[in-house]
Amino acid sequence: MSANGKLKTVARWPTIRFTVNGESRSVRVPPMKRLLDVLREDLHLTGTKEGCGEGECGSCSVRMNGELVNSCLVPVLQAEGAEIQTVEGLALDGELHPLQEAFLHNGGAQCGICTPGMLMAAAQLLAHSPHPSDAEIREGLAGNLCRCTGFVRIFESVAAAADASDAEPAKEPAKESELEQTYHAR
Amino acid sequence: MRGNAEMHELVAPGSLGAVLDLLAAEPGQWTPIAGGTELMVAFSAGHLDAHKLVSLWGIPDLRTIELTPQGVAIGAAATFLDLRKHAVINAELPLLAKAASWIGSIANQSRATLGGNLVNGSPAADSSPALLAYDAEIETISVRGRRRLPYSEFHTGYKRNVLAADELLYAIHLPRRFARHRQYLRKVGTRRAMAIAKVALGATALLEQGVIREIRLGAASLAPYPTRLRQTEAALLGQALTREAVLAARRALLAEVQPIDDIRSTAEYRRRVAVNVLEEFLLELRREGSRP
Repeated sequence: MSANGKLKTVARWPTIRFTVNGESRSVRVPPMKRLLDVLREDLHLTGTKEGCGEGECGSCSVRMNGELVNSCLVPVLQAEGAEIQTVEGLALDGELHPLQEAFLHNGGAQCGICTPGMLMAAAQLLAHSPHPSDAEIREGLAGNLCRCTGFVRIFESVAAAADASDAEPAKEPAKESELEQTYHAR
Repeated sequence: MRGNAEMHELVAPGSLGAVLDLLAAEPGQWTPIAGGTELMVAFSAGHLDAHKLVSLWGIPDLRTIELTPQGVAIGAAATFLDLRKHAVINAELPLLAKAASWIGSIANQSRATLGGNLVNGSPAADSSPALLAYDAEIETISVRGRRRLPYSEFHTGYKRNVLAADELLYAIHLPRRFARHRQYLRKVGTRRAMAIAKVALGATALLEQGVIREIRLGAASLAPYPTRLRQTEAALLGQALTREAVLAARRALLAEVQPIDDIRSTAEYRRRVAVNVLEEFLLELRREGSRP
């Protein structure tokens, strides 16, 4: 394609707006560009990984309007107006999400390529089913392939995160300050 | 070669009317794309032939599930998760809910649409055996109007269908009259998630005084496109489920299917599994009868 031809094309690209992890973002890219590539290349959110690029492995899983999607199969134009959550949106104010804590403590992550997708699939599962059975955990993660762990530790991590959220149903700042007060009182 | 997004145009007119106008203005030029679980795979691999695509995602008229006393009308862009979550589909058309659960994984089911599964026209399409067993009809739409025809007449060849260049698949209509039928759906594949069917069979049947009064058999991966097994149905209709009748049905099935050798399986394996799956259904029907 000639430089002129390309410039002409660029001028036709629409501005596409959506929110990522609660922040409004807009990009001017070819509308067929994959959401995965927009996240990684244009927004520099490289937590989302590319595995197979054909919707089979789940490495690129993100949440879009409350649904789990493979971002490699979403043309970015179809994300117009969407609310997107990536793995970067799980931790809050530097504090790991209970799922991340559970993966950390249960050996749920090894090489790390599948981990962001596993976390997003698990977050989706727990959002709809806070107390999943083993079968539900397996189905919820069935589209996410891991070549390191043999899956068992991943399933255990998700179960542990569900149990942990039982143990502390509300993870509020108030609780922390309470704790601080206790320390100060001592 | 990876796909290059700059080589493809994608527009989202946002309303059904605007999409139909575009298809009518330049018939055959625009390829509709809904959830992208098929076309984006081709795009990523650099194999997407279509250069002009029109998005059907987010068009409310196409993502509907409507109930009447007689039937369920499913908009072509309803996703498989929409189907799985629907109470009436789960209760009355459980084969469709089951088929929906077979589609890839949760991340595929949230995007893949029933209409896309049919228009894509894979011989192994997961939803097709259930739709054939339920005697589904499809409704098409264009600026020229709408038409309805049996789903069993939708596919006309390998990856070919009756849609004209300016037409969209609009809805899939399912009758609500299978409460008393024995219903059956079995997919044989490599693993439960993600795998494409080596063989799949959907069936509904009504047994009265031990005699088959109604039977519909829908098969995937046994012909160039999903198809009713009409000869096998004919061999069973009006019959009692004797050993001889089951054997005759097995012979009829073998005579009418045309499985192939491919990367997923062999024709011989498919033939053997298909007759065994059919027999499993017929024995279940004999043992359990129709549903009360």
